[in-house]
Amino acid sequence: MAHLLDVENLQTEFHTSEGVVKAVNGISYTLEEGGILGIVGESGSGKSVSVLSLLKLLPQPPALIKDGAATFDGRDLLAMTDKEIRAVRGNEIAIIFQDPMTSLNPIMKIGKQIGEALELHMGMNESDARQRTIELLNHVGIPMAEQRIDQYPHQLSGGMRQRVMIALGLSCNPRLLIADEPTTALDVTIQAQIIALVRGLQEETGMAVIWITHDLGVIAGLADQVIVMYSGYVVEYAAVDDLFENPRHPYTLGLLSSLPEMGDDETEELQTIRGTPPDLINLPPGCPFAPRCDYVIERCLAENPPLTTVQNPADPGVEGQTAHLAACWVNVDTGQAR
Amino acid sequence: MPDSKQMPERDRTIGKKALLEVRELRKYFPIRKGIFGRETEQVKAVDGVSFDVFEQETLGLVGESGCGKSTTGNTILQLLTPTSGTVRYDGVELTTLDGKKLRQMRQHIQMIFQNPYASLNPRLTVSQIVSEPLNTFRPQMSKRERQEIVQEMLQLVGLNPAFINRYPHEFSGGQRQRIGIARALTLDPAFIVCDEPIAALDVSIQAQVVNLLRRLQKQLGLTYLFISHDLSMVRFISDRIAVMYLGKLVEVADKDTLYNNALHPYSQALLSAVPVANPKRERNRQQIILQGDVPSPANPPSGCNFNTRCPVAIDRCFVEEPALREVETGHWCACHLVD
Amino acid sequence: MNTKPPSPTTLSDASASEASKFEGILNGSDAQELVESQGFWRTTWRRLLRHPVGRIGLVIVVILVIMALFAPLLSPYDPNAIDFTNRFSPPTFAHPMGTDDFGRDTLSRILYGARISLMVGVIAVGIAGSVGTFLGMVSGYTSRRWLDETIMRGMDILFAFPAILLAIAIMAALGKGVANAMVAIGLVYIPIFARIARGAVLSVRNEEYVKAARALGTPSYVILPRHLLPNAMAPLIVEVSLSLAFAILAEAALSFFGLGTQPPDPSWGRMLSEGRAYFQQSFWMALFPGLAIMFSVMGFNFLGDGLRDALDPKMKQVLEAKNR
Repeated sequence: MAHLLDVENLQTEFHTSEGVVKAVNGISYTLEEGGILGIVGESGSGKSVSVLSLLKLLPQPPALIKDGAATFDGRDLLAMTDKEIRAVRGNEIAIIFQDPMTSLNPIMKIGKQIGEALELHMGMNESDARQRTIELLNHVGIPMAEQRIDQYPHQLSGGMRQRVMIALGLSCNPRLLIADEPTTALDVTIQAQIIALVRGLQEETGMAVIWITHDLGVIAGLADQVIVMYSGYVVEYAAVDDLFENPRHPYTLGLLSSLPEMGDDETEELQTIRGTPPDLINLPPGCPFAPRCDYVIERCLAENPPLTTVQNPADPGVEGQTAHLAACWVNVDTGQAR
Repeated sequence: MPDSKQMPERDRTIGKKALLEVRELRKYFPIRKGIFGRETEQVKAVDGVSFDVFEQETLGLVGESGCGKSTTGNTILQLLTPTSGTVRYDGVELTTLDGKKLRQMRQHIQMIFQNPYASLNPRLTVSQIVSEPLNTFRPQMSKRERQEIVQEMLQLVGLNPAFINRYPHEFSGGQRQRIGIARALTLDPAFIVCDEPIAALDVSIQAQVVNLLRRLQKQLGLTYLFISHDLSMVRFISDRIAVMYLGKLVEVADKDTLYNNALHPYSQALLSAVPVANPKRERNRQQIILQGDVPSPANPPSGCNFNTRCPVAIDRCFVEEPALREVETGHWCACHLVD
Repeated sequence: MNTKPPSPTTLSDASASEASKFEGILNGSDAQELVESQGFWRTTWRRLLRHPVGRIGLVIVVILVIMALFAPLLSPYDPNAIDFTNRFSPPTFAHPMGTDDFGRDTLSRILYGARISLMVGVIAVGIAGSVGTFLGMVSGYTSRRWLDETIMRGMDILFAFPAILLAIAIMAALGKGVANAMVAIGLVYIPIFARIARGAVLSVRNEEYVKAARALGTPSYVILPRHLLPNAMAPLIVEVSLSLAFAILAEAALSFFGLGTQPPDPSWGRMLSEGRAYFQQSFWMALFPGLAIMFSVMGFNFLGDGLRDALDPKMKQVLEAKNR
C-alpha cells in the first residue's frame, strides 16, 4: 500500500545576516492513510520548520528548501507551483498552529473566515457555506454556534479560538491534518478537551494527523508512531509503545528521564540533559548531540550517525508494524559501539 | 571561595511555625469604562485566599491561567497593594508597613520571576544586576566586597564568575534565570516567591533549574512559595500543594494526599488532564474532561465558582459558596459534597 | 507559559562552536558558554553609518561642528571688520562668499555664525531636554494621578502655542539678546521632551525588570535613573537631534526679527534679515546665510532620522545585513 505522505531527505536552510542556519538536515519519514504521527522536539529541533517546508509556507528567501521530496498521494509537494500548492493547502492538507490569535484574522468574523475556505475550495455559495460553518462549529464543540459565527476572534477564549482553527482546518475534509503545537499555550484542562476533540474527529473522518509538540505526555496519548528530532535531524523513529518502553537514542532517554513523574519516589534530583542545544549556524562535525551525551564515544565526535534500524518489527508481515530506527553509534543498553 | 557543590546539605526539617500567614487576601482590579473612567466592574483576581507557609517548606500554588496565582504572589510581596486581607511575615504585618519599613522587609522576602528575558535590565551587566540589593541595603560596602559577593552568588547558582561583566543578552534563558536567582539570594532572604520560574524555559533546561532550586533550599534553609501551572514539576518540588480556581483556594493538602486522593472535583479534573508519558496508561485511563471555559473573573458565578463546569454539582452549589474546611488533618477542601 | 517558538535565529544565543570549547562542554554544565556580541552604543553607531540618510546628516553635522570650533582658524577675516571700500562685493577669490553692506566678509561671518547657532542650539536643547525629561519621567512613573495630570496639562498649554510665536512672546517679556533667546527656545521645547519622556517611561515601567527592582527594595529615586532612563533613551536621543534642528531655525527666526542676536554679532538669521533689504542687487548676502540655515536644519533632521532607525530594534535586518 502506498503511503499517504512520504518525506525523503528534506533539507531546509535559512540564509540570515549571521550565516546559514541549517534548520532541517535530511529527515525522512512516512505516514499512512489515517495514521497519527507525533513529532517530538524542543525549540530549535526543526520540527515546525519541517512541516512548514512541506506546505511551502516559509518565505524563500530567507528560507531555502535545499533538497528532498515530499510525496503526498503520489504528487511531490515540494515540486509544486504556487498555484498547485494553494489548491492543496487548506483543502487536502490542513494545518493548525500554536497561537490562534495570530493565525486567525483579527478583523474578520470567524464565520467569514471559515466560509471563505468553503467557498474557495468546495465551491459553495454563501448561504450553503454559512450553514456548513454552523455545522462545523457545533461539531468542534462551540456552544451557541449561530451567535458565535458572527463574532471576532478576540471575543473568544484561547480554547475556543483553537476550536475555530480546527473547524477551519476540517472544513474541506482534509486527508491530513498537521497540528503545530496547538495546545502548548493552552491550560491543561483545555488541552485535554482539544486532544479529545481531535482524537474523536480522527476516528470519525479517518484523516491522518501529524502532531508536533515538546510534551511527551501528549504524544503518549495520541500518536501511533513517533519521530524525535534534534538539531534538524531525526534521531529516533518508532511506534509509540516501542519508543517509551525501549528508547534507543540517548536524547530520547534523556528526555524521558528528566520528566518528574518518571521518578515517583523521593528522587533527590531530576535527571537532566546537561549543556544547551547547539548553534544551527555552526553545527559541530559528528553527532549534534555528542556534546551533551552520556554515551559518547570518539566516533560520535567525528561522524554523524545515520538513522538505521535497531529493531525490526515483530511481525514484518502484518500491516502497520513499524521498525524502530535510531541515529546512534552506541547501543544504549550496553554502552558499547554497535 | 567555597564551591557551592561542596557546601554541607542539611536535612530539611519543616518547621511547625508558620513563616508566612495569609488571611482573607483579596485583590480586585477595577474596570473603568465611559469617558469619566467610572468603575463599572471589578476583576476579582484574588478573592479571599488564606493559607500558611511553614519554615523551610515548599508550598506549591497551582492553577490554570486566570486563577489568580501570580496575582497572589505579587500581592503577598506587596508589589500590588491588596484590596483587603492580611499578610504576616515572621509576625510582622506587611500590609500596614510604610514605604521605608516595607523596603527594609524586602531583604527577607524575595521573588524569582517568570520571564528570564524580561526580568533582567538589558542595559546592566550581571555584576550590576546581582549587586543591586547591596547598593540599597549595604551602601557602606566597598566595591571589592560587592564584587566578591556577586562572584560568590554566581558560583552558588552554577555560573562561571568570570562572566561578571557580561550583559544579559549574551546568556541563554536558563542562564538568565540563574542570574535572577543569584540576584534574589544576595541578601540571604528566608522566603522566596517563585512565580512560574521555569515556564519560559525549554524542557531540558527546566530540570536543571528545578534541581538548582531544590539544592539551594537545602543549603540555605529557604522557604518557597512555588507558583506554577505545571503539575508534574510542582509535585516534584513541593511539600504541600494549594489549588486555586478563579481567585479562590479549592483544596490544600500535602503532595501525596493530593495526587493520590484529591477530593475537590476541580483538583481531580486538573490532575486527570495532565498527560502521562506512558502510552499504555494513557490509553487505558479514564480522563475527566471538563466542559466549557473558565468564567470571567469579573463576573464569577454565584455560589461555588466551579459550578459552571463541575460534573457533580448539586443544587446547593449554585446558591451557597463552600468554605475551605479542614476535612482531615492538613487536608482542606472547599466543596459541599465533601463533608 | 509557552516555550519559545522555534525560530532559527534565536539559536545563536546558545553555545559557541569553536572546537576548543568542546572540552568545556563535555565536562561542564551549560553555564560555561556565551555568545560574543558588541555593546549597545557600538552597534547603534555601526547601524547609523549604514543608514544612507543618516550618513549625510552625520557628515553635515560634523562639518558644522568643525566650522564652529575652528572658526577663528578658518576665517580669512575678522567677521566684524568693516571695509567700506569693498561693500556689496560679489563672490570673488578674495571674498568667496562676497561682502555685505558694511564690507564685512560673508564667509567669515557664516563661520562665526555657526558658533552662535550651535551654542544657542545646544544650550536651548540642554534646558529643554533636562527640564522636560525630568518632568516627563516624574509624570510617567508616579502613581499619583493628580501629579501626572497637573504636569501634563501644563505641558499641553505650552504645546498649544505655535513654537516660534511662543518664543517671540517670551522674548517680548524677557527682552532681546542671545541669552534670552536660548531660554525662550528652551522653554518652548520643554513640552515635547516631557511628552516623549513620559511615553517612554510608561512603556518601560511595566517591564518585569522594573518590577524586579521594586521587589529588591530599590527606591524609586534610584529606579528612575538606573532602570527607566537608559531604556527610555532612544526616543529622547532622536528628539535631541530633531530639536537642535528646530533650535537653529528658531534662533535664525528670532534674530531675523531683531529679537535674538544683536548686531554686530553674525547670526545667520540676522544676516538673512540684513540681506533681505539688498536682495535686488546683491542676492548673495541673503543666499549664503539662507543656505547655511537650510543645510544645518537638514543635517540635524537627517541625523535624527538616521538615529531613529539605528536605535529601532526592528530595523535590525535592514541595517545589519552583511550581504547588501
